[in-house]
Amino acid sequence: MAAPTRDLTGDTGRFAGLRRMARTTAFKLSAVYLLIFAIFSGIILGYLAWNTRRLLDAQITETIETEINALAEQYRQGGLRRLISVIERRGRQTGSFLYLLVDSRGDSMTGNAILRVPALTVNPGWIEMSYNWPDEPESVARLAKVRVFLLPSGLRLFVGRDLEERSRLQEVTRRARGLSLLLVVLLGGFGAWFVTKRVLARVEGVAKTSAAIMEGNLSHRLPVTNTNDEFDRLSMHLNQMLDRIGELMTGLRELSDNVAHDLRTPLTRLRNGAEDALRKATTLEEAKLALERSIEESDNLLKVFDALLMIARAESGNLATSLQPVDLGELASGICELYEPLAEEAGLDFSVDVEPGLMALANSELMGRALSNLVDNALKYGLSENGKRGALAIAAQRDGNSIRLSVADRGTGVPPEKRVSVVERFVRLDESRSKPGLGLGLSLVAAIARLHGGELLLEDNTPGLRAVLVIPALTRALESA
Amino acid sequence: MKILVVEDDAEAGRYLARALNESGHVADLASDGEAGLEMALAGSYDVLVVDRMLPRRDGLSLIMALRAEKRTVPVLILSALGQVDDRVLGLRAGGDDYLTKPYAFTECLARVEALARRQNPQSAQLTYKVADLELDRLAHRVSRAGEDIPLQPREFRLLEYLMRHAGQVVTRTMLLENVWDYHFDPQTNVIDVHVSRLRSKIERKGLPTLLHTIRGAGYMIRDPAK
Repeated sequence: MAAPTRDLTGDTGRFAGLRRMARTTAFKLSAVYLLIFAIFSGIILGYLAWNTRRLLDAQITETIETEINALAEQYRQGGLRRLISVIERRGRQTGSFLYLLVDSRGDSMTGNAILRVPALTVNPGWIEMSYNWPDEPESVARLAKVRVFLLPSGLRLFVGRDLEERSRLQEVTRRARGLSLLLVVLLGGFGAWFVTKRVLARVEGVAKTSAAIMEGNLSHRLPVTNTNDEFDRLSMHLNQMLDRIGELMTGLRELSDNVAHDLRTPLTRLRNGAEDALRKATTLEEAKLALERSIEESDNLLKVFDALLMIARAESGNLATSLQPVDLGELASGICELYEPLAEEAGLDFSVDVEPGLMALANSELMGRALSNLVDNALKYGLSENGKRGALAIAAQRDGNSIRLSVADRGTGVPPEKRVSVVERFVRLDESRSKPGLGLGLSLVAAIARLHGGELLLEDNTPGLRAVLVIPALTRALESA
Repeated sequence: MKILVVEDDAEAGRYLARALNESGHVADLASDGEAGLEMALAGSYDVLVVDRMLPRRDGLSLIMALRAEKRTVPVLILSALGQVDDRVLGLRAGGDDYLTKPYAFTECLARVEALARRQNPQSAQLTYKVADLELDRLAHRVSRAGEDIPLQPREFRLLEYLMRHAGQVVTRTMLLENVWDYHFDPQTNVIDVHVSRLRSKIERKGLPTLLHTIRGAGYMIRDPAK
């Protein structure tokens, strides 16, 4: 069953979706980008408009200058009369310049414009001023750029150009600016909505899957879209984590099943023995014997327990911090020395081949334990069965970037199809369980090897078993560090 | 010997104290860390047996407080945490030996007696003598009834450890820890083979047996005259 999908903040109502969207990081980011983009495009458009206006102004000034030059030429050649006639003729043409000539009293002598201010108040030079065409009502004000000249005998000449064109252009750019800003906001808003919706959908997928996992179904995996984007990478990592958790949980479940099974048997034996003694033992001797057996049985139980704890600790990686540079060759020699008398007593050919300087990052106690486990095994199961003299060969060699610690015997060996299972907890080749043992030795050794970043290999010694611990060697650079 | 047992489990504490008393020692019992520290500071004990997890003040903190007061009384730590790093932590805090629960009482007794002996100045002797067996640490020489016995280095250390604890039970685990410096339990009887080799070298026909096997506990070198 799925719990009703509810907004984490408990937001409900008509615009809950939008409000929730507005709170997302994706939306906020999009909004910020939008704002920045709008400001930039505003600045660019403004700059464009300002530049066009400047260009237009320069152009207008230039045409006025040219016109003035032409008028001056006429004036020089034909005097005032020629100037007036030229002005009159040109003033009648459509789209002409603005002309006005006033005398020293301020009365208009000729021209095609009426000023809205007294002509004499206007000083010579460039100016922008309002004017009217003579056949227009006075209410229609036009703007023009004008150059004012003082001619001899107090005459003033106004030559100008209407600015309507310029203001129309300005209007156009203004409208374009507004429109483009509106477009930016609209498109940007849509983009933000789209991106946010997409991100929300992905996040929602993750949230839904994790909710399903939290309800106890660990088989769910986060969706991966194969776009290899950051969400995919996140999902893949989380999926790997889930895989690892799943493995650990399966391991734990198996372990507890095995513990329950394998501890129950000796516990039952212990209990039965005690019950039996309580019922039957009549003499002190008998009772003592039964108690001794009970103690032995509980010691065995404790060993199983210890080994299991050790495996669990090694596998959890808790001990990884206790690794230090250790000479594995020396360690192997020490173990050999410990076991040599025992091997001799068992009538085995005992050989040791240890290279010097086999440094590795290791926990010497755990490695010693692993090696001694292997040697114990070889002594227990490695005796030749057809009466030939058995052998036990211990070697420590460097092999490329790793160190091989091998313990080889001439026993019956382990058939290839059993080499994987025999490393598992409580698995014993000897199914009758006639020889003493816990069935935990090899799995402990394998766990220790894994803790050291290595592995336990079981090879054929033709005949016999060669158990090899492959441990990464310490490189010189690390050694000196 | 006066021994202080600091153990919060009443049943286990009483059992240990009673067993120590029956072995000829005087054992006091404290049931939490504070009381244990008080008693250890007030009384003069030869050995302390301290559980690691205690109410009011844990075992390690008790030992550290004791050492801060310059008390050198040897301490045997008892703990249900038998892992590598836990033992190192315990010894670093100032403990002298570490025993993992559950333990056999013989093991505990042997270690307590060995610890008490360590306090004894005689333990740092240069030569050891048990009956007519003599060991010279400086000259690295061993002789029985005046006759030199050549020994391998390890055999020498084994004999040295046994002779330093002459008259005391030494368990197989103690030998493994102190002579070989291994802190794990081999599944096979390796130690027995080493001891029997040593025995074949130091025992002589017609002379009294010195190196004894104590059933269910370990070994002991003993002067038959004492």
